[in-house]
Amino acid sequence: MRVTVIDYKAGNLTSVLKALRHLGAETIVTDGDLALVETAERIVLPGVGHFQATDRLDATGLTTAIRAAIARGVPFLGICVGMQWLYAGSSEAPNQPGLAHFKESCTHFVESPEKVPHVGWNSLEVRKNSKLLAGVEPGEYVYFTHSYKAPVTDDTAAVTYYIEPFASAVERGNVMGVQFHPEKSGATGLKILGNFLTWKEAE
Amino acid sequence: MITKRIIACLDVHDGRVVKGVQFVDLIDAGDPATQAARHAREGADEIVLLDITATHEGRQTLLDTVRRTARELFVPFCVGGGIRTADDAAQVFEAGADKVSVNSAALKNPQLIDDIGRSFGAQAVVVAIDARRDPAAADPVRDAQVFVQGGRKLAGRRVVEWAREAEQRGAGEILLNSDGMRTGFDCELTAAVSEAVGIPVIASGGAGTVEHFVEVFGRGRADAALAASIFHFQISSARSLKEELAKAGVSVRLPC
Repeated sequence: MRVTVIDYKAGNLTSVLKALRHLGAETIVTDGDLALVETAERIVLPGVGHFQATDRLDATGLTTAIRAAIARGVPFLGICVGMQWLYAGSSEAPNQPGLAHFKESCTHFVESPEKVPHVGWNSLEVRKNSKLLAGVEPGEYVYFTHSYKAPVTDDTAAVTYYIEPFASAVERGNVMGVQFHPEKSGATGLKILGNFLTWKEAE
Repeated sequence: MITKRIIACLDVHDGRVVKGVQFVDLIDAGDPATQAARHAREGADEIVLLDITATHEGRQTLLDTVRRTARELFVPFCVGGGIRTADDAAQVFEAGADKVSVNSAALKNPQLIDDIGRSFGAQAVVVAIDARRDPAAADPVRDAQVFVQGGRKLAGRRVVEWAREAEQRGAGEILLNSDGMRTGFDCELTAAVSEAVGIPVIASGGAGTVEHFVEVFGRGRADAALAASIFHFQISSARSLKEELAKAGVSVRLPC
């Protein structure tokens, strides 16, 4: 299994690479070599930090290359900001467009007495026949740390409740995203990353 | 539902886990990587490695320790101790930490919080505060003082005000150390800080019984709590602590 991991200089890739390698994947990191995206077997877009940092994907041509890879059917997983980038945009950086693979936009949690960011272990309510979340039982927990979130729609693969229900995972065909950090979510997270690494188009 | 986190804390000196009350009578308690893996396996929601080696030569040992510890650890991993510059932090992240905890260096140079946050995100910056009530103040809790040098020296800052500044500068969490003698957390002080900031507060220090944890998650309004000495005394693992907490009505990650 070979995975191309996109580095857009927002935060730290170490944990994601470590988890993928632990699962037996060969990892290739690129911060702008488009050939590595053109030949990618699988793509992971990690990300912590600010949505604005995704402007680097546009500047390097990675956005176009990733869009083409997705169209070819290459399995794609966005993590945290990497998931949010699959949407049209985020109110965190209103002038920075996302990939718009999903037409909705990401927004900040609404005002409430609860703390934001949402930090810690929360549960997943798996909503549909998700390949990414196969084998995840009700009540399994994953680790979150974020202030912006995606809305619940038909493409939502899992819902999590904090202040309001939000999409903790999204999945349509070969395009998948998780708001939480599977690389930091113990056995449940490794199971989800493992599902991504063995994801296959339905026969 | 979001759960209260139980964080296992390893005090590390020269690459070995040590346990002791307030850094005296250090007793060797093993290899950090082995201990961290054991805590994760036994249900800890997160691991903190606190390096108490003060020497400059200790830095390389610490980075090796972090690298070895992070290798097979798939829960959040925070490293503190001796991080004085954004470069120090970058090395620790590179070695595999997800968060760094800064304490006296941030008091000396608050800009450090902004610098690390800008490069690695707010979620990666934990500001640790050694806090103690000020019995002489009109309001001993609201006016609690920040201490440095292992609680020996006043920093000249008030705890609540410093926690707010840390948040404004881009800290993602506050680690509030409010005691060190297994007599319980200072719940009023923890609650005062937790109410003053919008970011999670991790309570630390002084936990000797399950009841101490129940109180700090309730009355103390803590979002997480650091467990160290309790594992050596009454309770054998994070899992058994969480099972007791669940019985007391605290929402925790179980099964784990």
